[in-house]
Amino acid sequence: MLKQTELTPTQLRDTKAYRDWGLTDAEYQLLTDDVLGRLPNYTEAGLFSGMWSEHCSYKNSKPVLKKFWTQGEQVLEGPGEGAGIIDIGDGQAVVFKAESHNHPSAVEPYEGAATGVGGIIRDIFSMGARPIALLDSLRFGEPDDAHTKYLISQVVAGIGGYGNCIGIPTIGGDTVFDASYDKNPLVNAMCVGILNQKDIQKGQATGLGNSVIYVGAKTGRDGINGASFASAEFNDAKDTQRSAVQVGDPFMEKLLMEACLEVIHDHRDVLVGIQDMGAAGLVSSSAEMASKAGSGLELNLDLVPQREAGMTPFELMLSESQERMLLCVKAGAEAEIYQVFEKYGLDAVTIGKVTDGHQYQLFHHGKLVADVPVDALATKAPVYQREKKRPVRLNHQSHHQFMPRIVDATGTLKKMLQQPTIASKKSLYETYDSQVQTNTVVKPGSDAGVIRIRHTDKALAVTTDVNGRYLYLNPRVGGEIAVAEAARNIVASGGLPLGITDCLNYGNPEKPDQFYDLDESAMGIARACQLFNTPVISGNVSLNNESNGEPIYPTPMIGMVGLIKHQKDITTQDFKHAGDAVYVLGETGADFNGSELQKMLTGDIAGELFDFDLVTENQNQRLLLRAIQKGLVASAHDVSEGGLITTIAESCFGNGVGVKLTSEIPAADFFSETQSRFVISVTPEHRADFESLMEPYATYLGQTTADDRLFVQTSDQTFDLPVSFAKQLWEGSLPCLLK
Amino acid sequence: MKFAVPVFPGSNCDYDMVNALRDILKMEADLVSADTTTLTGYDAVILPGGFSYGDYLRSGAIARFAPVMTAVKAFAAAGKPVMGICNGFQILTEAGLLPGALQANRSSKFICKTSELIVKNNQTQFSSAYASQAHIQLPIAHGEGNYYCDDETLTTLQEHQQIVFEYVDNPNGSTANIAGVMNQAGNVLGMMPHPERAVEAILGSTDGLGIFQSLIAANKEVTHA
Repeated sequence: MLKQTELTPTQLRDTKAYRDWGLTDAEYQLLTDDVLGRLPNYTEAGLFSGMWSEHCSYKNSKPVLKKFWTQGEQVLEGPGEGAGIIDIGDGQAVVFKAESHNHPSAVEPYEGAATGVGGIIRDIFSMGARPIALLDSLRFGEPDDAHTKYLISQVVAGIGGYGNCIGIPTIGGDTVFDASYDKNPLVNAMCVGILNQKDIQKGQATGLGNSVIYVGAKTGRDGINGASFASAEFNDAKDTQRSAVQVGDPFMEKLLMEACLEVIHDHRDVLVGIQDMGAAGLVSSSAEMASKAGSGLELNLDLVPQREAGMTPFELMLSESQERMLLCVKAGAEAEIYQVFEKYGLDAVTIGKVTDGHQYQLFHHGKLVADVPVDALATKAPVYQREKKRPVRLNHQSHHQFMPRIVDATGTLKKMLQQPTIASKKSLYETYDSQVQTNTVVKPGSDAGVIRIRHTDKALAVTTDVNGRYLYLNPRVGGEIAVAEAARNIVASGGLPLGITDCLNYGNPEKPDQFYDLDESAMGIARACQLFNTPVISGNVSLNNESNGEPIYPTPMIGMVGLIKHQKDITTQDFKHAGDAVYVLGETGADFNGSELQKMLTGDIAGELFDFDLVTENQNQRLLLRAIQKGLVASAHDVSEGGLITTIAESCFGNGVGVKLTSEIPAADFFSETQSRFVISVTPEHRADFESLMEPYATYLGQTTADDRLFVQTSDQTFDLPVSFAKQLWEGSLPCLLK
Repeated sequence: MKFAVPVFPGSNCDYDMVNALRDILKMEADLVSADTTTLTGYDAVILPGGFSYGDYLRSGAIARFAPVMTAVKAFAAAGKPVMGICNGFQILTEAGLLPGALQANRSSKFICKTSELIVKNNQTQFSSAYASQAHIQLPIAHGEGNYYCDDETLTTLQEHQQIVFEYVDNPNGSTANIAGVMNQAGNVLGMMPHPERAVEAILGSTDGLGIFQSLIAANKEVTHA
């Protein structure tokens, strides 16, 4: 074992070693002069480096996050707790949150992804909810080099390895490939839970003398100061970051989850608060619990269950060992809580108590090793209003859209279906258990995953979405579209959008042009959320996603949950039978900048983003939802990447249904990515009612057929190929690329 | 008819099984702890899917030492019906109640999808509700479902009609496409596919009902004989 000697306070000041933990000179100065009025010791400086990291403090993003709309009558708990909560009626509520694990996954993809899943699950059950669904939003570089293929296979294996074992179905997500994510993959995991409103928990430590109980796995030297690591940008020269990645144990988490839910349900009279030990581990959970309650806290670190000998206070407090929770329990009731955890074979140890005043005090080997104001840790991180400057890439010479020349419509479609971003992700999601808990009505591969709520007529639709290319061309409009597309997916599944969570994945906010992307897109997201009545109830920020100076596309992942009031309204994207009428709702323009077609034909994304109108979007969504609720719709599929023809093809694939369609628009426009559109099929007996409801917004295209043929006569060419062959190309592409 | 569903630490299809039995089949069903030492009062035992004890070491290898398994062995020895689904099947082979073993899938990946099965033997108390050679759709979800047995064992299985279910498109590399086998006495069945996930139309298939219905019908005859 490495023998460590901690620097003295003056050595720390003189060597500026705090810089290695992500604290700047100015922050160190602030800590010394204003917060403590003395030099911090090694442990104290470590505590602040974790708590003042972007990951824990949102110091760079706070002014941006304030722009989000977080209200709405359905919101029971907004941002700030472990996860947000939304009312779904009948005394029940849905809890959800998403979290990024980008940096850990870049370094150690299996464990990075697995612990990302583990962390977000703890956020959900710490609120008192039983997790009922997982989703993953993934971004990788082009799958054409060995390292990217390795990242993909390990990330997918890590997600499955954790989620499958713990028994929470993975019901959806999205996976996109772009060179922009080459060395910096995005791994965003979302978890949804359900609870009875009377079981809602808070992460707080109140009541003088109440006990702070540590439960779950022992603390080891993994993920030390991971929050600071996750908040920094990568640098090839430093290869010392590996130990900052945590290792997960889903079996332990399964036991921890069952034990915590048992405490929450059966011992609520003695449970004061509960919180996950996530980023910045023990310090973050304990300081936040005390600060929220306006209490002080005293912890004896000798009592912390330890996996390794000789751990220092710095290591104990900043370790991000997984599968640990912190409970605040009424004094005298400790034994009652121990019993529950003992039944599951888990450690449960009282490590401290709530104190008078506002100090956060740590004892180790009988000595006071840290004594700092608790609010300074939890809420007093500096907040930076970063400089904002319009990036040069947004200065366009003209407003022209890319004009594709399509000479072989069918050939172009075949190629399109094999693009990694368009191709079926079946080979990835088939490795996730999507059905455990036996509530999954719509499995991965549709617009949204749908889970029924047992013993009710309700169901929830859940989706993750964002097209970083659109944001790259116009961050504000791209932000609006991200929310709009998520809502479109929910509506196409028969749901009413309820709210969103997000993972804001961006570059370096200290660079004005990259901060511009963050700030502008937040404004776009905020505007769209207000219009769709989908408040932001939780989320996470991941900055410095750049490798050796190049930022990723601005990628604010939107995770949206919608309520399907009656299970009869659950709608899927697949054409159901021959002889149904096929319509497109919404107008199609020649919108190609940022499109999959532009990337496929030119290898790049460029130009000014096409126009987008939120009001039209909202109107079309409402129209479709009304048609679904009236029982007029056989299938509905939102039009997104790859355009109308790709959407039509995907609707053919599910049940192997053919189409014979005619349109007055040219073949090229069938690849246009104009927003606010759906492909809808309607049985003959509902055509008249459907048309009168949709007039003049939906256009009739033709009919579904029993033939194995996708046939579309456009104004200039035809798309014509067997459905089975098209499906083969679409399903075969990714397994082939990833071989 | 009263079912016991043993819960090992790490089981995760325990509630699914109990929900199917209670809500859909209207049977009595109890979750019983892995520490239980007796199964008196139950008419059938179903070991559920999941990752018992994390499936560390080898699937089912630790679970077979749980106290409840002694009771399950006695239960089986008394001729009462025992079923193991997925991880439950793995535990039954580890415990020696069924021949063969389950290895990692041929692809070395976890697979979750609907698989088509042939009911190879419908003359059993687990499959009498199906027509002979019927094709049914049941979900699979496993990483180690690749059934292996040596040639001699396979010959025995075939001679005694112990192979109850076969895959149409062998998804995991199982010997002789085996998806479900029973012991020679015909009262212990193990299968990788999940019938409890296929008992409601809203979830995609009701083809799993037949297994439970067969068992219930067979047990009724026993009780009323």
